[in-house]
Amino acid sequence: MKKLIATILVGSVLSVGVIADDWDDDNPAIFFSEDGADMWLEPQGPNEVSLEECDLGLGAGVVEGAYAQLPRYFEDTGKVMDLEARLVHCMVTLQGRDADEITAHPYSLSGETGTEIEALSTWIAEQSLDMPIQPPQDHDAEKAAYTLGEKLFYYRAGTHDFGCSTCHRQSNTRIRLQELANLTTADGAGAAYGSYPAYRVTQGVVRSMGWRMRDCARQQRLPEMQLGSEASVALQVYMAVNADGAPMTAPTMKR
Amino acid sequence: MHKLLLSMVVLCLASLNVFADDSAYNALMNSMKAINGVGLDRIEQDEMQAACSNPQSMIADPEESERLRQSAMAAVKKPSDGVYLGDWKRGKEIAANGKGLQYSDDQNDPNGGNCYACHQLDPDEVAYGTLGPSLTNYGMRGQSQAVLDYTWSKLWNATAWVPCSHMPRFGHNGVLTEQQLKDIMALLLDPESPVNKH
Amino acid sequence: MAGRMRIRAKMSEEGVVDVKALMRHPMETGQRKDAEGNPIPAHFITEVVAMLGDRELVRAHWGASISQNPTLAFRFTGANEGDQIDFSYVDNKGEKGSGTVKIKAG
Repeated sequence: MKKLIATILVGSVLSVGVIADDWDDDNPAIFFSEDGADMWLEPQGPNEVSLEECDLGLGAGVVEGAYAQLPRYFEDTGKVMDLEARLVHCMVTLQGRDADEITAHPYSLSGETGTEIEALSTWIAEQSLDMPIQPPQDHDAEKAAYTLGEKLFYYRAGTHDFGCSTCHRQSNTRIRLQELANLTTADGAGAAYGSYPAYRVTQGVVRSMGWRMRDCARQQRLPEMQLGSEASVALQVYMAVNADGAPMTAPTMKR
Repeated sequence: MHKLLLSMVVLCLASLNVFADDSAYNALMNSMKAINGVGLDRIEQDEMQAACSNPQSMIADPEESERLRQSAMAAVKKPSDGVYLGDWKRGKEIAANGKGLQYSDDQNDPNGGNCYACHQLDPDEVAYGTLGPSLTNYGMRGQSQAVLDYTWSKLWNATAWVPCSHMPRFGHNGVLTEQQLKDIMALLLDPESPVNKH
Repeated sequence: MAGRMRIRAKMSEEGVVDVKALMRHPMETGQRKDAEGNPIPAHFITEVVAMLGDRELVRAHWGASISQNPTLAFRFTGANEGDQIDFSYVDNKGEKGSGTVKIKAG
């Protein structure tokens, strides 16, 4: 908890990128985005270095448009990575921090008001606002990730025999009163993938797509999906590719 | 001749289900951690789950599909004392309870059926899902043995009726106890149940 | 994190100023428990004040039922473009927050 407070800056805003002066809605995500902008610039770790040289796929330090083109293959790790995996990679390689420490507690628990990953995800995704979702599918690994993601989507398992497909393969259905996106279609995948990260009113924090992968798995009675893992990334590739160029709308506000 | 036969067999098997390889299983095993009573064994698939993990939500080979369906039906465990109906008031709570078997749940609490996630039941409850058909007035069917057997086996293992059904196998998988299933039966079939008083 | 606000004030052609203030605050009711089952202490804004110079525009008395990261919105007349509105709040722990906005045409 103390570490959380230490890393979240209070007070004056060194906002970089989109400043919502014409901000027109009640979305508290704006605070998370401001935090994220500050954290990007804050020197941290044994190396006392900021994340400014982090390569999110479009070159070192290029944040604008990067989220809309993730997940993608990275030469330096030989893996297809999503935003969160890439952030952890940069925290470790640039800042000298410990991966296990960061991934032990990446998302806010009940009563907590924001983590580093949540804030950074919000700000970085906002720098892709209105841009088409276009994760590259050029490299073999990227194509393989899509294929794997599709298989995972239809994978039935657990005590309740759920697959992602159980809730997300049809249009115009809902669970209780919550509308469900059909993730096999461009409309459904686009609306769903493009709307994360999102401020969840019931939780009081911004939730990322990585968190969503974890929480769906939890509700499917499966074990804990790890941040930036092969399965989490593959599922995100599946949705992002299905989105077929739909625009990013994040950060949005959801119940 | 043997080589030809062998390759034909392999081709046949491969065409049955393009999705039937280990890649998803392996990826999940590498991507998940056991936590609070939910272990990696949850990732292992049984026959039905493996056969149904495809976009069509179907078992392509009709004979195989029928075999699995019959095997599901044969494994249905009827109530130990021959009494099918419990208490609809308890059934109402079970239907509304969405917890149980998630790693965020208290392992000491009873599991819920979470019926409202997918179904309409008591029409006064507006927060119902539409993944499954409405069960309002289910009790109109009466309580013949055929109705009792159908409803019980559907709750126990929905794939005994619809191959690859997405309805959880509440009895077969041990999600609900025999008593809980009886209480759900009552919620559905008792004329006094709010499901039927409309 | 407490203390931060995002405010806007837009004046219509008819001179009605539309004010919206979004505050970053946990607004903890005191009824919740954390992941280990320990009660989370109450921490919520008890009073919010909006001033136009010496003129008090709004004084709101809040309690535990106001949501986390709340929004306060109101309309008023009798101001000019460029006038400054000052917000301040205090919570049950005595912590304070404040923010300022200049009225824009819009």
